[in-house]
Amino acid sequence: MENFDYHRPAKLADAEKIIAKQKEGVLMSGGMTLLPTMKQGLAAPSDVVDLSGLGNVGIKVMKTKVTIKAGTTHAEVAKSGDLKKAIPALAVLAGEIGDPHVRHKGTLGGSIANNDPAADYPAALMALDATIITNKRAIAADKFFKGLFETSLRRGEIVTAVDFPIPEKAGYAKFANPASRYAIVGVFVANHGKAVRVGVTGAGPGVFRQKAMERVLAKDFSADAVAGIATKVDDLNEDMHASAEYRAHLVGVMAKRALKAAK
Amino acid sequence: MPIVTMNVNGKDVSGDVEGRTLLVEFLRENLSLTGTHVGCDTSQCGACVVHVDGKAVKSCSTLALSAEGAKVTTIEGVARNGELHPMQAAFKANHGLQCGFCTPGMVMAGLDIVKRRGKKLKEETIRAELEGNICRCTGYHNIVKSIQDGASKM
Repeated sequence: MENFDYHRPAKLADAEKIIAKQKEGVLMSGGMTLLPTMKQGLAAPSDVVDLSGLGNVGIKVMKTKVTIKAGTTHAEVAKSGDLKKAIPALAVLAGEIGDPHVRHKGTLGGSIANNDPAADYPAALMALDATIITNKRAIAADKFFKGLFETSLRRGEIVTAVDFPIPEKAGYAKFANPASRYAIVGVFVANHGKAVRVGVTGAGPGVFRQKAMERVLAKDFSADAVAGIATKVDDLNEDMHASAEYRAHLVGVMAKRALKAAK
Repeated sequence: MPIVTMNVNGKDVSGDVEGRTLLVEFLRENLSLTGTHVGCDTSQCGACVVHVDGKAVKSCSTLALSAEGAKVTTIEGVARNGELHPMQAAFKANHGLQCGFCTPGMVMAGLDIVKRRGKKLKEETIRAELEGNICRCTGYHNIVKSIQDGASKM
């Protein structure tokens, strides 16, 4: 790993100042993706601004929405009693990310800012119609995720929290890579009453909504309803673990499992 | 060069590090605590697991400087008064190791499982909780037995 200057500001304003000054600087939250990437030599920033000193941690359940601060770890999201009542599928999802040691460090903000095409959270944010709050503005999930490792975040913009509307029912199912636990395909379904949203991760170059499923589920929110609803193979990922056709098939299987698990 | 200060196994320690120095490097090279191992170096194997402020983390994916002021426990800090910790003794009694390379991480993970899930552990719970610890000798069977046994004796 190349050397860098390390900063651990205690205040958001200080983090903003430091990152603004460093052209080749990066923000780090849990570091669970960034540090392995740097160790492999795939990133060599001049400065690392560690956001873990901000103490921006917490889950607040309100009447119609849940706000999770960006520095909240996957372990904290997974074990939150309040969240398990409000959006149980989100707690389940967080408890299936990586492994226990990774979940002690990895955070919601870090995961979505990195936008790995096989990360779990993006599927939940899309399906739950979440709003990403940064130090500058609020961004709808539909506008936030831009494909492979890209988001609409601007340079120096820092994710501070995510607002999740509480759905009537939601479920998540993933077919995990047995080594990395990343999703080969993960599907998050959410019934918002008036509308149903289906977020798919792992299958394509970035998270996407399966709108053909959303249409049929709006009338009948059940596993049977999505039987025979195909996912277009053209844009899907293909690698040593799964072909594009297999991933397309898995979207259907995971959607059914997510619907069966929905609470 | 930045200086990092932390408490390791009950002792206040400090040392010169670089920004890029990993916690596992600080433990092994600055403090000569070589019980914490580097297995894969890609954050998957868990041989480097230590407890930072009471939580199991991979010390190969943690910057030494980010542990400033933290309370760190390594495998060397587990035994008391020259006696193996019940979790360590259980690995010995149940043949929970062959080459022993993954064992420090397994013991530290086992202690973390007990902390979060209690002393009465089901086999399936332990197997799921060991997701982040890889052993290439034992096939896990005796490791699971060791953790179950060790937990019950804590």
